[in-house]
Amino acid sequence: MNLAALGFAAALTSAMGAVIAALVSPADRRALTVGVATGAAGGAAVLAGAAAMAGQGFSLAVPWVLPLAGFRLALDPLGGLFVAVTGGVAVAAGVFGIGYARHGLAGRAAQAVLPVFVAAMLLVPAADSVGTFLVCWELMAVASLPLVLAEHRRRTEVGEAGLWYGVMTHLGFIAILIGLLIFAAQAGDASFTALRQAGAHLSGGVASVVFVTTLVGFAAKAGIAPLHAWLPRAHPEAPSHVSALMSAAMVNLGVYGIVRVGFDLLGSGQGGGQGGGQGWWWPLVLLLGAISAVYGILQAVISTDLKRLLGYSTTENMGLVLIGVGAAGMFAADGNRVLAGLALAAALLHVINHAAFKSLLFLAAGSAVHATGTRDLDALGGLRPGMPVTTGLFGLGALAASALPPGAAFVSEWLLLQSLVHGLPPSGVPSAILLPVAVAAIALTAGLAVATFVKAFGVGFLAKPRSEAAAEATESPPSMLVGMGVAGAACVVLALGATAVLPGVGSVAMLASGSPDPAVHGAVIVQLSTVAGSLSPLLLAVALLVGAVVVVAVLRAVAARSRQRRIARLWDCGGGPLSARMEYTATSFAEPLQRVFDDVLQPELDVDVTHATESRYLVQTVEYRRRVPDRIERRLYQPVLAAVRAWGRAARALATGSVHRYLGYGFYTVTALLIVLAVTR
Amino acid sequence: MLALWRKIRRTGRVAEPAPARPDTRESPAAQELVRELAGSVQVRHVDAGSCNGCEVEIGSAFGPVYDGERYGARLVASPRHADAVLVTGPVTRNMAEPLRRTVEAVPAPKLVVAVGDCARNCGVFAQAYGVAGAVRDVVPVDVEIGGCPPRPEQIVAAVRGLTGR
Amino acid sequence: MSALGAVGAVGAVAQPVLIVGGSPLMLGVMRQVRAKLEGRAGAGIMQPWRDLRKLFRKEPILPRGTSEVFRYAPIVLMGTTLVVAVVAPFVTVESGLDPVADLFAVVALLALGTVALALAGLDTGTAFGGMGASREMTIIALVEPTLLVAILALSLRVGSTNLPTIVSATLHDPGRVISPVSLLAVVALVVVIIAETGRLPVDNPSTHLELTMVHEAMVLEYAGPDLALVELASAMRLTVFLGLLTTLFAPWGIATTATPAALAIGLSAFAAKITVLGVLLAAGEVFMAKLRLFRVPELLAGSFLLSLLAVAASFFLA
Repeated sequence: MNLAALGFAAALTSAMGAVIAALVSPADRRALTVGVATGAAGGAAVLAGAAAMAGQGFSLAVPWVLPLAGFRLALDPLGGLFVAVTGGVAVAAGVFGIGYARHGLAGRAAQAVLPVFVAAMLLVPAADSVGTFLVCWELMAVASLPLVLAEHRRRTEVGEAGLWYGVMTHLGFIAILIGLLIFAAQAGDASFTALRQAGAHLSGGVASVVFVTTLVGFAAKAGIAPLHAWLPRAHPEAPSHVSALMSAAMVNLGVYGIVRVGFDLLGSGQGGGQGGGQGWWWPLVLLLGAISAVYGILQAVISTDLKRLLGYSTTENMGLVLIGVGAAGMFAADGNRVLAGLALAAALLHVINHAAFKSLLFLAAGSAVHATGTRDLDALGGLRPGMPVTTGLFGLGALAASALPPGAAFVSEWLLLQSLVHGLPPSGVPSAILLPVAVAAIALTAGLAVATFVKAFGVGFLAKPRSEAAAEATESPPSMLVGMGVAGAACVVLALGATAVLPGVGSVAMLASGSPDPAVHGAVIVQLSTVAGSLSPLLLAVALLVGAVVVVAVLRAVAARSRQRRIARLWDCGGGPLSARMEYTATSFAEPLQRVFDDVLQPELDVDVTHATESRYLVQTVEYRRRVPDRIERRLYQPVLAAVRAWGRAARALATGSVHRYLGYGFYTVTALLIVLAVTR
Repeated sequence: MLALWRKIRRTGRVAEPAPARPDTRESPAAQELVRELAGSVQVRHVDAGSCNGCEVEIGSAFGPVYDGERYGARLVASPRHADAVLVTGPVTRNMAEPLRRTVEAVPAPKLVVAVGDCARNCGVFAQAYGVAGAVRDVVPVDVEIGGCPPRPEQIVAAVRGLTGR
Repeated sequence: MSALGAVGAVGAVAQPVLIVGGSPLMLGVMRQVRAKLEGRAGAGIMQPWRDLRKLFRKEPILPRGTSEVFRYAPIVLMGTTLVVAVVAPFVTVESGLDPVADLFAVVALLALGTVALALAGLDTGTAFGGMGASREMTIIALVEPTLLVAILALSLRVGSTNLPTIVSATLHDPGRVISPVSLLAVVALVVVIIAETGRLPVDNPSTHLELTMVHEAMVLEYAGPDLALVELASAMRLTVFLGLLTTLFAPWGIATTATPAALAIGLSAFAAKITVLGVLLAAGEVFMAKLRLFRVPELLAGSFLLSLLAVAASFFLA
């Protein structure tokens, strides 16, 4: 039993203990025990994952639990990375949940389901057979649904959000089911080792069908446009630590699935060119990633709901990850394995960074929402005096998310851009077109992400409160602060000490893409092997600190009166006092950008004029409403839903209520089936 | 664009040559202040209720012909960026408090310059129903420039007294 | 720095000192050029330094209701600009701190300074502060894509985004500068520099009308030493951006050997090039009026197209 196996077993045991504790503890101790046990499960999972990344995997086969290949677990470095990430987020979310449960989440059901969710998320990357994978995937979906619906008594939108989430996650599950079962049928056995061997010999058409169906299912889980519609609905309505778990741990498993099926099982990473029809797979992934990244951040920048903004930002970041994965696949198909390893390492590092800052952002947003009772950015603001720790931590998360140095996402975006820069000159027309498009997409999202997080932080937390609720906000209980602190510490470590994590990530990418050596190395300076590029995030942060210290010192020396700072009234042009309505709101902040992207966003304008009864020349009220709908939903989902509804209405004609007719249906169907079987056998 | 270039060549320098340094009588406190400012004065103009005659002259004083900027003065938008506040007009009732707040918003060391007869002693608007008083009744004044309106040369001379150039 | 030894170290110190000391002078030269072209006498090239000296001695003010973001934003702005001034290879071909001399890192550091100022503008809670922050963020969001794609175009031929490497490659192959790729990238970068530093036609640095302000609106609340830091940092940013333009496209005169003479030539060449660019920029501003805010994205989109064309050209004309 090596460290990975021990850690994993400890994590699962701890999760099970948390479930039991949730069911048997008294109400006042429930949240504490469940939170601590979930946190401990997360910590053990981090150890297990790190050990697996270092090479100490384990495998376990229990043939009789499930049909086909039975219950098989195997933790390899790729799975270990995702286990570690999930574990880290679970630590932060578990501890946060202790204080957050006072919101009416202390019931047995809500508390018991959370550790089940975490355990399912830990099992998915370790699954080694089709049956295990599908069971754990479904367990994850089933466990998350009650968590999303946890606050349904308080708001009616929660039910609708849960419905969208449930339907879409199950449609994705069906797509994955179809793909993996076709694959297993071709391979003859459902274990992943058999699939791996068969993947090298699959015909082009079958491999493409498998790839596309699993891509659909995994992309829906990862929140990639156009299958993202559940994300901006479910994330705001779920409790904040559940949102953090979903956004920072669950969506990663979609990426895991794509990498596992595309690189590992279908063998395009190693075999190269044997799967046939591979020319268009990875460009498709890259294109989907680019579209999601730009669309996600556009919707985030104009969003005025804090958690919806963060949800769309998840779509954007997963789009960036898929750009890296797609680029890695394209380079591997061209034979340039070193660059493929670099691109994959960048994508995986971005997964880790995103998990850290997204969990921090969701937990801090949850803390703010918990204190003020509103998610609307136009009603928040002025939280700094009442909630200094939350404000500081949200600021840290916003810096990390905006991909500016010395934040965490800067390193992974730099790596991603380096892999794309060195991927040119290209080997064919698709690469020649797609790689610059990818760089342009990353560049556009970088600029918009900066604007988004300046808006979220500046409007939501700084200046003056825009509502009574925001004015009376007080700091959250210590357990919530500790949970946020864990995520914040992870952000800082990843920002300054990316070199600590990179060797592990690099070796994972190396194995997955078949590259001969890890793409990055170096202790203080991130150095790329075989391509020219180096960056030191630590030295950059140190240089910034030294620069700031020098400035302060010079200021002390030069500015004569700098010691006595007069506290003065805000310059309000002499009139005043300024009311909170005079501040910029989130809507007004994003308005110029919305005008620029008018054609893409297509806002809807509604002006309703009520005239006075006496005369049409006099106006009584004017109601102005402007809304930016999700255009993909409008164009794609509404027609599909309308068609399904029409179909259902047409089918109602079949259900007349006559028992004779129903018996007739049964009779004729069975007869037809027997005839068909007789003819085909 | 070429037309503009030709016009620039044709017009040449518009600014009149600088007259001799004026001999201004200032209090020792004001002289100390001028020494501290050392040739750079940012000026914020406040219209406390004037008829805009003084504004036209101030605009002319900082325009190309008299070019008040060459002596180190500059008009700025925010009192926080300013050293001197140029007040025109008698102080109306509505502008009394805003004027006080504007002068308070200026960081030390600061100066208040009352431009025009109205600012000095309400001019033709003395005893009017909307007037709260002269500028010195609302905020302490350091420099006064008389005239209705004062000529741009007088305004420039006062500014030169502030910058010492 | 290792190859250039002690002289390189002197260069690494002399460069930021030159930039800190020289950028207000350059600002003064630009204002003089504008004044002369407008027929005025102008205040002299030392006036910005006189203004700064006076501002440093004024009383610092802390407005009620603002937080640490407002208080420390000028320090962050100045710190980031100082780091870029040290790190970028303007005077010597080796950077003062090579692991940070990456083109992406330099551009992102400059963006960090702008973000700090925008947050400070929002923190004041006044309408003008929010307006300035909103407009500045819109411009940044549209300028970043052009910058990154232009960097891509420049680094494609060289195979690296490391600044000293790009400069050395341009020195060894001067013909590269007049290729279509470089010309397209230069035009795109000029528009980017005008937008990032807030010059006409994107923003008028000397306007008094708040509704026309972008950069000034964010700093309306700053006074005394804070304002001095912000003004100095803005002048340094203009110098640094113009310096990046010269060092990427016209690096001749830069010190490649470890001799004091080369260092002196490098310093004076840098100063001369920046002055020439500043004079051209100031002269150009006389002929232009500020664009309406909602026309600025059209300008920035045009520059983005140019940089995309530069990338396309680098493929098909390789």
